[in-house]
Amino acid sequence: MIRAENTKSIQWSDWLFNAINYTLLTILLIVTIYPFYYIFIYSISDSFRAQSGVFLWPAGFSLESYKATIKLQGLGDAAIVSVLRTVLGTAITVVCCSFFAYLITKREMPFRKIIYRFVLITMYFNAGFIPWYLTMKMYGLQNNFLLYILPTALTGFYIILIKTFIEQLPPALEESAKIDGAGYITIFTKVIFPLSTPIIATIAVFAAVGQWNTWFDNFFLVENPKLQTLQLLLYNFLSQSNSISNMSAADLTMSAEARVMTPQSIQMTITMLVTLPIVIVYPMLQRFFVKGIMMGAVKG
Amino acid sequence: MDITYKKEKVVQIKRRKYNADGIRLLLMTIPFLLFVIAFSYVPLFGWVYAFFDYKPGIPLSQTAFVGLEHFREMLHDRDMGRVMINTLALSVLSILFAPLPLVLAIMVSEVRNGFFKRLIQTTTTLPNYISWIIVFSLAFSMFSSEGAINTAIDRLGLSDTPLNVLGNADHVWLVQTLLLIWKTIGWNAIIYLAAIVGIDGEQYDAARIDGAGRLRSIWYITIPNIMPTFIVLLLLAVSNLLSAGFEQYLVFNNIMVADKIEVLDLYVYRLGLVTNDYPYSTAVGMFKSVISIALLFMINSLSKRVRGESII
Repeated sequence: MIRAENTKSIQWSDWLFNAINYTLLTILLIVTIYPFYYIFIYSISDSFRAQSGVFLWPAGFSLESYKATIKLQGLGDAAIVSVLRTVLGTAITVVCCSFFAYLITKREMPFRKIIYRFVLITMYFNAGFIPWYLTMKMYGLQNNFLLYILPTALTGFYIILIKTFIEQLPPALEESAKIDGAGYITIFTKVIFPLSTPIIATIAVFAAVGQWNTWFDNFFLVENPKLQTLQLLLYNFLSQSNSISNMSAADLTMSAEARVMTPQSIQMTITMLVTLPIVIVYPMLQRFFVKGIMMGAVKG
Repeated sequence: MDITYKKEKVVQIKRRKYNADGIRLLLMTIPFLLFVIAFSYVPLFGWVYAFFDYKPGIPLSQTAFVGLEHFREMLHDRDMGRVMINTLALSVLSILFAPLPLVLAIMVSEVRNGFFKRLIQTTTTLPNYISWIIVFSLAFSMFSSEGAINTAIDRLGLSDTPLNVLGNADHVWLVQTLLLIWKTIGWNAIIYLAAIVGIDGEQYDAARIDGAGRLRSIWYITIPNIMPTFIVLLLLAVSNLLSAGFEQYLVFNNIMVADKIEVLDLYVYRLGLVTNDYPYSTAVGMFKSVISIALLFMINSLSKRVRGESII
């Protein structure tokens, strides 16, 4: 009898727990997703009707703001630069980090530990803003596309993750390739790299997202408008429309056709265009790299 | 005799092969090492600027060596005190909220519905992948005077004066901390979720047989099991005390909140590139790096002593 009552109370408290848990998580879900939803409905609303406020549904429907935004000065160039830096930067990072991580797993290499430490220290130690700025200038990377893709080629955190992964692969695979006469590079390209796909994909997503989002190198060291990234374009647009009175900012940045749009709807639309690639690509890969991070986290 | 000779020969061959391979490997790492030197170690030479009265345009050799002058300057710099308070306030606030991702991870792990679980995980980690510029744009579209929140308040007739969330100096620290939580909570929860998944299920079964409800098994099993992970991450956060986050405060900076949002990194940038005071700016940056490294080592040895495990 007592036992039955006990189970009953557990069931009831279970129900209460679930109710509270689901409610709080749903609130969090809304808080996270609503801003994205808001810019979406704003960007497809009729520009002038949207000014009096959109909330749950788009006010009218119009793709005019997309048409106007695409015609914005420099948007096409910026999109190309952003895509190029993402693709090339990611490729370089993946190749360099994975090959270096492979080399560092080889016990026959002299000074292996010291070399590994030497690279990892860079994760914790950096010279600071002004020395970085002056060094990049010294290398002639100012106003140079290479500035976007070279400095991140070797990243300590990625190297740790890949190295941990390679170390738990069965050594027999590599040995058999070695007996067949394969050298280190062949073993890496034919055996290790293909076997490391899960972690490589994880790193590739990290690197790609990082490249897509980074803008401070652009902000500080690149003045050439042809090398501008989408992020900086958005930043410039936002800081202009905040500082100067809204309409005059619109006049500064927009072509004649775009002038019929409100700056708000242009802002929403650029934000949408810059966010879209991430929103599309990310959910497809998320499960993949949650696994990757967990594998890396096992060792800490 | 014959046999031992053969054995020696085998060893010798093996040895030589080992060396040749080792050297080949070493040669292959050289380009990478040069790369690391060029991009991470060469900039360290820039620290010499902190000891000279350098002005842009004049070669360093023609400028006066001033020793620790620029470091002494820091002690009398009023701005420096204000900037340190901002930096520490923002860091400490974010450390105070550090248990939130852990709570989220526990809440998510208690969800039985697979679809909802995946939905919440995917959604809450999304903000981690967008830049601070986009976060700013989203925040602006929510909180500005024509933004969603003020529109809603106006429509519902709750208040006549629009809320000024992003331009309010009194609440800027809290607002920025909440934005940081919004952006990072889901991502930080992933690591705890990984730790929770790794907990042996038998512990929960045993607890259930003993009559423990959900809350009790969370309290007595889940939390103790993920505590080590929490402590490691907390310690790492402490070592980043002076790096409050540059991009966030740069994009959210405006005239109304400028005084309270200027963190150390932002100050270094303003001194260096806006006022062109390279030596002092380098000195401040150097001060920051040195303190951060000292904190990291202190915390590492603390972690070694307490948990027998280093974190770096």
